[in-house]
Order: sequence, then C-alpha cells, then structure tokens
Amino acid sequence: MIDRLKELFRSWLFRQKIESGTIVLSQRRIFIIPTRRGFALAFVLVLMLVGDINYNLSLGYVLTFLLAMMAIMSMLHTFRNLAQLEIRAVRADAVFSGETAQFLLHFNNSSALARYQLCLTAQASGQTPLCFDVPALRDSGIAFPLPATRRGWLALGELKLHTEFPLGLFYAWSYLHFDTRCMVYPKPLPDAPLPFGTRPDGAGKHNIAGDDDFGGLRNYVAGDALPRIAWKAFARGRGLQVKQFITQAGEELWLDIAETPDQNEEAKLARMARWVLDAEAQGLRYGLRLPDGEMPPENGGAHRDECLRRIALFNLPQQAQP
Amino acid sequence: MSKSVIYGLLLSILMVIAPHANHLPAWVSSLCVALLLWRSYLTHSGNPLPKHWLLTLLTFACLGGIAISFHTLFGREAAVTLLILMVALKFMELRTARDVMVLIYLSCFIVITNFFYSQSIPTALYMLATLLAVVTTWIHLYAQNIALKPRLRIATALLLQAIPLTLILFVLFPRIQGPLWGLPQDAFASSGLDDRMSPGSLSRLSLSDAVAFRVSYAGKPPAREQMYWRGPVLWQFDGRTWIPGNTAYSVAPQFTELDQAIDYTVTLEPHNKTWLFMLDMPNKISVPSSLTHDFQVLSKTPVNSRLRYEARSHLVSHANLREANWQIQRALQLPPTLNPKALQLAATWRDNGANDAAVVRSALAYLNQQGFQYTLEPPLLPGANSIDDFLFTSKKGFCEHYASAFVFLMRAAHIPARVVTGYQGGEFNYIGNYYIVRQSDAHAWAEVWLSGQGWVRVDPTAVIAPARVQTNVAAAVPASETAALPFITRMTSNPPAWLSNLRLNWDILGFRWNQWVLGYNTERQFAFLTSLGMENITWQNMSIIMTTGIWLVIGLFALFMLRHLFANQPDKVQAAWLGLCRKLAKSGLPRAAHEGAQDYAARIAAARPELADTIRDLAARYSALRYGAVRDEQAQREFLQRAAALKI
Repeated sequence: MIDRLKELFRSWLFRQKIESGTIVLSQRRIFIIPTRRGFALAFVLVLMLVGDINYNLSLGYVLTFLLAMMAIMSMLHTFRNLAQLEIRAVRADAVFSGETAQFLLHFNNSSALARYQLCLTAQASGQTPLCFDVPALRDSGIAFPLPATRRGWLALGELKLHTEFPLGLFYAWSYLHFDTRCMVYPKPLPDAPLPFGTRPDGAGKHNIAGDDDFGGLRNYVAGDALPRIAWKAFARGRGLQVKQFITQAGEELWLDIAETPDQNEEAKLARMARWVLDAEAQGLRYGLRLPDGEMPPENGGAHRDECLRRIALFNLPQQAQP
Repeated sequence: MSKSVIYGLLLSILMVIAPHANHLPAWVSSLCVALLLWRSYLTHSGNPLPKHWLLTLLTFACLGGIAISFHTLFGREAAVTLLILMVALKFMELRTARDVMVLIYLSCFIVITNFFYSQSIPTALYMLATLLAVVTTWIHLYAQNIALKPRLRIATALLLQAIPLTLILFVLFPRIQGPLWGLPQDAFASSGLDDRMSPGSLSRLSLSDAVAFRVSYAGKPPAREQMYWRGPVLWQFDGRTWIPGNTAYSVAPQFTELDQAIDYTVTLEPHNKTWLFMLDMPNKISVPSSLTHDFQVLSKTPVNSRLRYEARSHLVSHANLREANWQIQRALQLPPTLNPKALQLAATWRDNGANDAAVVRSALAYLNQQGFQYTLEPPLLPGANSIDDFLFTSKKGFCEHYASAFVFLMRAAHIPARVVTGYQGGEFNYIGNYYIVRQSDAHAWAEVWLSGQGWVRVDPTAVIAPARVQTNVAAAVPASETAALPFITRMTSNPPAWLSNLRLNWDILGFRWNQWVLGYNTERQFAFLTSLGMENITWQNMSIIMTTGIWLVIGLFALFMLRHLFANQPDKVQAAWLGLCRKLAKSGLPRAAHEGAQDYAARIAAARPELADTIRDLAARYSALRYGAVRDEQAQREFLQRAAALKI
C-alpha cells in the first residue's frame, strides 16, 4: 500500500510528457536533494559544533557556521546552474545497427552566467554520464551518443540532466524527454552478390556476365563490401579503392525480398540493405520490392535512404510512420 | 584527478598546517613538508604514487614518533599532531574524488584545532584566507575545466554570502556553556604564575607579553604602588622551593578598619586555575568564589574561558589582628640547618633588643645598602645554602630572590612571614581607560605578621629597584638587559607617541574582540539580546528568530541570484517581433496564440498583399535569429532596423 502510494507520488512529482521543440528548465522542472557527501559534511559540522561548545572556541563557532552557510548557499548555486537553460533536440543522423547514434542537442544559455559541469545520462542505459560546460550567452551543441542495437526507430527516450556544481553537496536534476528519434538501418551483410538475372518477369535473357566485368576503380565509401576492395591497388599506395563492375546504364534491377536465400527475416533484411548499398554504389537504377509495397527503380542518395528506411521499418507495425 | 587540483590541494593543506608549525615537534613539520614536496614531485613527473605497504609503514612510524615525543597518543597536542600527519599521509594516496573530500573535511578540523592556540584577529583573517583557498580547490574538484578566475569568483561569492548568515547564527545560536566533558589537562595555555617558586633555579625570568587580565576602575585608580594583585600564598620552604603547604585550613579571615574602597572590573584571560585576582584586601566579588584564610580569592571551577567580574577591595585595612597559634608556627617554619650565615645575620638584628617593626626596617636597610642589584638574568644558585649564596655572594636577582630571602630573614628573626605571589602594576591604556596586566607583570612580595597590625605587606624589591613597582620591569632592569625583554614590555618604558597610540588602539580592538567575539557566552548573549529589545529570551525563541532570519536572508540572496534568470526579459529580437505583431494587431490582424512566425506571415501576406514580401522576409529573419544555432550580430542589427522601419 505504502509502496503504491510512493509510486503514485513519484509519478505525480516527476510527471513527464514527451515533448518536442524547446524545453526551458523552469523552477518546476528542477529537483534538488543533498548528496551523500552533503550528509557527510553535515555530520562533520555537528562534530565540529560539539568541539566548539566543549572547548568554548568562539572562532570555532564562526568557522563551523561559515561552512554550514556556504553549504546552504551552494544549494542555490547548484540550482542556478540548471535554471532557465533552453534545450532543444535538433536531429540525429541515421545510422546502421551496431553503430552509435549521435543525437544533437542544443543548450542555449541566454544568461550572462556560465554553467559548469552539466551531465547527461540516458535513463534506460547505464552508461557513464556525458559532462560538459555551457558558456554564457552561447548556444552550445552537444552530441549525445546512444548505441543503436536494433533496426527501426531509436527513440532518444528520457534523459536526465544533472549537476553537482559547485561543491558536490547537492544534486540538482531535471528530466528531458524529447520526441526525437534516430533511424537505425539494419546492419548490412558484409558481402552479398547483387541478384542479377533472377528477375521473375522473364523478359528476355540478359547478359548476366556484366556482374564480372571489371569496370574500373572508385574511392571506398563506408559500407562497401570487403571482397570488392582493390587490395592490389591499395598495396601500390593508391589508397582504399573498390572494384566496380558494370552493367548497362539505365538497366533496372529489382531487389526483392523473395529472392533472398536466407531463412531468417533479419538476415534477409541485412542482405537487402547490402544490396541497396551496392546497387547505389554501382550507379544502378534499382527498385525495392517488399511484401508491404514497392519502390519504383531509381538512383540517388534520397532513394537509397528511403529504401533503407523501408527495409529498416519492415514488419515493425508499431513504428510504421515517424 | 588533474594536476592543478592536486596543486590547489597542496597549497590549501600548506595554508592549513602552517600556523601549527611553531608548536609541532620539528620532526613533524619537516616530515609534512617532505611528504608534500614528494607528492608535488610525483604529480609533476607523473610517477606512480608510493606503494601501500610503504605508507602503512610510514603511518606506524609516525604513531611511534608521536608516542615518543608526547609520551602518549591521547591528549590535545598528540591528537592535533596525529591529525596533521594523517592528512599529509592521506595526501600521498590521493586517488579519487572521495579521497579529496575526506582530505578537505580533515583540513577543516585542523583549522579548528589552531584555535586552541590563538583566536586573535589576525588568526581570524588568516582563517578566511585559508577557507577561500580550500573552497576554490573544492570547486575545482567538481568542475575540472573551470579556470582559476571564475573558480575564485564563485568561492568568494560563496564566502561573502555566508558571512551575513554566519553573523545571524553567531548572535542567535543558543550558547551552551561548555565543557560537555572533562577537558584534557593541557587544554589551555597556563599562566605565568605558578603555585611554587624556586629562586635561583632559573637563570632567566621568562617574560611574556601575553595578557593576564585587564582592569577598568570605576572611580579614580589607586596609585601604582598600591596595585598588588594577590595570587597564591606560599608558606612552606625546604631550602630551595616555596610551596603553599597545608591549604585545608578554612577559617574565614577578619578584616578590620577597612578604608579606601576601590571598585573595579576585571576581564580575566583563561588560565585553567581557580585563582581570581583581586587587589589587597578583597571585599566582594560578583562571581561565585571563596576566600581562603590567606586572603586569596578562588573560583568554584577552573577559569577555562574568559571571565569578567566586578569586585571591591580596600587599600587600607588590618588583616587578621588575631592569628591562630599554629598559623603563626607555620609562618615561622624554616629548614633548621641550612643557610647559617643568614640565620646569624637575622640574629644580630634581634640582639639589639629591637622590636619586630625595627627588625623589618633593619632588613630593608640591609638590602638597600649592601649593593644588591635587580636583574632578570641572575646567576644560578645551585648550592644547598641558596639564601646565603644570594645574600652574601651573588647579590643579584629579581623579585622572587628578594621575597624569598626577606621572608627567610624574617622567620630567622622570629617574625611570622610568608611569600605572596601575583601581579603588580600594569600598563595604562589611556585611549580605552583601562589597565593591561601582562604575564611579565608577575611579581612576588612578602607579608609579615606584626602584633597590633596583622598581616602587613612588605615588598623588598621596591627597596632595591623602586622603578619596578612604580613603573614596570623594563624601567627596573639595567640598560644592558633591555634587549632581552619582550617587545611590548620594552616599548612601554619610552615609546614614540604614534607607536604608543597605535599599540593601545590595537589593544582596544583586541579587548573588544575578546569581549564581543571570543567572550560571547550565555550571559553576554542574553545581555546583548536584551539590549536589542528582545524579550522572553529562551532557546526556543532564539531558534525561531534565527531560523526565520536565515531563511529571509537566503530568500533575499535567491532573489538577487535568480532574478535576472527568471525575469521576463525577452531578448531584443523577440521584443522587436512582438512589437511588430502589436502593430499588425492594431491594423486588424492579430496573431493567434498557436501561430508560428511563418504561418502568421503567410496569413498576413494573403490579407495584405502589399506587405507580403516585407513580412515574409522579416518572419524568415526572425526564425533564423531566434531558432538558429549561430548568433550573428550583423543579422540581428539588420532585422531590428527593418522591423522598426516597417510602416503599416
């Protein structure tokens, strides 16, 4: 019963909603409690006071009172260190599963007061806090890292912004729950040949030998398959380059999940992601065919991102749309 | 832990320990300095900290050293030394922020222990400086990137804000009269006075400038020759040392024919003895006390905090005209076989058939005419017949020698006599109109019992060096010895006027400091609060007023600290935009609460096509300035100009 009441009280006190836009750390949003070091100081001060009384040390009283009052005043300083900061979550660039998503947050300090040693932690994870200073009259961008472990939308979730500045005797904190999320693409297979010639439309036999025709080298970009790297060129000191294979320009390639040989759905999607990357890298016009819809053949960064997004969100009904 | 935190901590600890240097054993001071230097070298070079076993070994070695130096591990001195060594050793194994906190808390304790030795105004100022250094380091610990200047600024702000709050607490915090438990024997600096006296065993009188007590007289002060402040009375002599002897005797003294009453107030420095000093002869005193059979006034408890009392004495009286026979016998006691020449000398005075008073005169005349010298550096008198050696060989000494020899001669001539110790004279502070009696004013004189007169004071020192009684020690000693005197005592003989004024003003400041800060106890608190008009002073009321006052002041501080943060001061850009919206609202197109800048601009553009371009441009600029990540002063100026120029 008590626990239930406590829970109710907590959820009332710390009631939060998911927000978009700018959060201003008003008085209502900032909580503050003494730390263990604060309690330790209180204990030390009591010991000092007993000594002062016993030995009748007037200056001892002065020192004890000074320390106590500095401790009390440090509470105001700790609170002020967070007060009226304006925070907004700007964006997070899409990443592949297994990478770390960087959520860009902006801390706008419109006051003439520099804020020191602010720390951010994600409520859900146990990672070490990210600590930073926010100079006066400045809008500081802070990239908050969050590991992306699964494909789909990665929500920033609830963040805790806290500080113990200046004396570590009080712990002031505030919850930030932005609606920002980061697109996490499936982790692509390291290597998977593109599905040339397996198109089910049967519209004439195409020369599939193009897959093996060497068409030249281009610079390596992240996500390229390792076996396609031109190691010989690399050995000659020409940097990391990737072998390109040509097919006819304008040729359309359909990437169909039905053509993936894998059993597991996640593995199928990983292969699809690899295909999209390779097809884009080779300058092909490629279309995407998933059970829930098609993407007509196209080429370009926006098309690639949309395809990867469709793959990432495939069969995740609760996250269908942003 | 960054290097600069370590260096800051190093400085703080140095400041905390430094005032202890002059009462720590030399090996402790040097060990502390060595450890701190070692640590700064390790920090500078980046070498690893010493191994755990080495520190453990050092710790035990330190414990052993303390046990040897102090013969105990307990007691105040040993505890303070132990604390200081522990801090220096802890510094050697400093790794985490938690260790630093432990160190900082311990430092605060060490600062307090320094108040055992001194609570003067300079000590208080030094404490503030130390506190500032400690807090600056403390802040650095929690914000490693913060530069020295803002760090110092925040520490100063905290300290300055704490001072008015401390004042409230200091005045109103209900004072409890200590001690809460038995104090160690060495808890207080002892007086320059002792209840035993061995003339000839010290080759040099130790003089100290420390204040014994201060006196302000209600009326006209007595002549300096009358200012004898009575301390322990010594009866028993073993040929070398005078001691009080049997103190159990408790017959109240009888004073008759009292005259020349003197009223005065004494502020006595703590000396951890029960002695209360009063002028001869005591009549009444405002604190609980008892009067011994030999006219000394004793407090009920040892004086271990500054004590203020009002008293009345009579300069003229007859004391104990009738004295018990066995008291007379005590006053005639002598080691029978020692000092034969002195015994013989006294006998010759008696042989002439002289009465007691004539013998006293003979003795004083002898001391006056036989070439005796007053000196603070007399030769040692190690022989068994020390009185003989003094009277017939060295003839050099200070008050103790003369009082001792005189009483011996009196007893040898069958006149009851005893040694009285205490203070004589004092320095007049003409700015504050009070007398300062220092430890260097300690004195010893004699009392003889004459039938028909009772106990009569005789000061043999006054015969040899009248200046000692009329002025002070510095005036009495030969010129060659003045260099040995402490500075203040020396200065009082012939000071330049400005220096004298400065010194006396400083003493007044010290006197007020002692009265109002150091001597602020239960009674003074009560008196002060009453004078402020507070009624019904109980600890509950004081607590309530104190708490209310503290929260009020904190509230004021909060207002000042947070006002500019929470004040509804839209920045210039927003103010200009809001002004623009007001103008448009007047022309019949108010902005809806939910409408963003761009939406509003679109609506205005549709309603007022002639404004379309201008308003769209302004809305775009406003959004960029207000929500953009980068501040651009140039763009802001342009926007403000355009917004002001818009005519509707």
